[in-house]
Order: sequence, then structure tokens, then C-alpha cells
Amino acid sequence: MLLIRCPWCGEREEREFHYGGDAAVKTPPVEADDRTWAHFLYWRHNPAGPFTERWVHNLGCRRWFIAVRDTTTHQISATWPFGANPEGSG
Amino acid sequence: MTAELNPLPRLAQVSFRITGQSAAAAAAALGLGALPGANRFERGDRLAVLWIGPDELLAVSSVRDAAGIEAALRGAIPPGEGVAVDVSANRVGFELTGAGAREVLTTCCAIDLHPRVFGPGSCVSTLVARAPAIIFQTDERPAYRLLVRPSFAPYVTQWLVDGLAGAGQR
Repeated sequence: MLLIRCPWCGEREEREFHYGGDAAVKTPPVEADDRTWAHFLYWRHNPAGPFTERWVHNLGCRRWFIAVRDTTTHQISATWPFGANPEGSG
Repeated sequence: MTAELNPLPRLAQVSFRITGQSAAAAAAALGLGALPGANRFERGDRLAVLWIGPDELLAVSSVRDAAGIEAALRGAIPPGEGVAVDVSANRVGFELTGAGAREVLTTCCAIDLHPRVFGPGSCVSTLVARAPAIIFQTDERPAYRLLVRPSFAPYVTQWLVDGLAGAGQR
């Protein structure tokens, strides 16, 4: 069981949260070609190491946020609300 | 160490979401100095206001009617800056009190309820057993109030009754 720090509620059990996948995926413009859309829909990074992800605290405050999780250790090094990345983007 | 579990009479519940500017007006309309911060609740005019999320709160009262609370909030929140909705049918309430209440609740809740962390004025949305619940502590006996979905109430009650039995009383 992971303890995840919700940016609003503090540390809570993993089962209060839901995973939302890679936070770096950007929706392409409507006029983008099939290849771009296929890439958006089906291709995902699967790094071994720190991964920036979306999570939602669905059984707490029900807000989405960003977490940096190391996929090899499950260590979560940082969490922040959408649009509040301490390093700039996301 | 004794504890007691009692159902609460039907509660008026009004959910409201607001932007920063209307927070002070909403607080004043409910008789509060300020809206509660994260994981807290505040008492107002014959009601309590529970923090649910960064822009979302829940006013709960066992004596006032929901329509009155809803009207007070709608009067205070300018159009487009928030919403207030009567959600009284959304959840039913229980009160768990007595010296053993904390021990009973720890049988089915993962939140740290130690007085150092969770005391009177604390409020969390979390899980009780596997059911979503809002828990807030009203005094130091301790007394906890639980709000759960009506359909989950029998399940949550069974868990708590089991906890009461485990603590040596029923």
C-alpha cells in the first residue's frame, strides 16, 4: 500500500486514489493527421525510473493532481496541483 | 472503555462550491468568521460547514432546513461565482461516542485518529471499511460523526457494530 500525498488533503492510502496515466500526453489539434492521433491514443512511454503521472483523489477531495513516481521503487518524490509545477511545465 | 453508536436524525445538507472572492460572503451568510481550511470544519449559525475539497464545502445541520441554508448561500454568492445545492438525501449520519470510539473506528478506517493529528474540528473524506464516508470529530470524548451514502449505511453499521463487539461492548 502506497501512501500518496494529495496536494490538498495530505498523505492518504493508495486505495483512495485512482491512476490517470502519463501527465505529459498532450491532445493533438483536431486537424492533426492519423499518425499523430494514433500516437496520442495508443503510444505510451513506459520508463524505468521517475515518471510524471496524473492521479485523482477520488475518495477524498476528488481533485486531479500530478505526481512524480519512480516506476522501479514506487517512491513518490513530488506531487502538485495541475498547473503548479515547481519546475515550470505541467 | 465504552462506546455508543447512534443514528442521527435526518440532516439538512447543502453542498456548495465557490471561487475565492465569494468565500467571505458565503461564510458570513452561514454565521462563520471564515470558511474552514483543509481537513477541518467550522461551526456557524446552528450548522457546521465541512471542508470537502479546495473549492467545495458541505453545510450540515440537524435543526435548520436545507432550503433556508441553500437560499442564504445563493443570496451571498453572486451568479457565476459558485453554486449551492440541497443534497440532504445524499448521505445519512451516525454518531460514534465514548472513550472507546476511537478504537472502534480504527477497526475500519485507515486515517490516523490519534489526538495529536485528529482532534475536535478535524474532518476527512475517506473510506470506512470499503465505503466512502465523511468523518468529523465534534468533541474530545471523543465524538465522531460519520456521513455515508444511504445504501452503504447497513454495511458501515455492521462494521461499526462488529468493532463495538470487539471492544467488549455493544
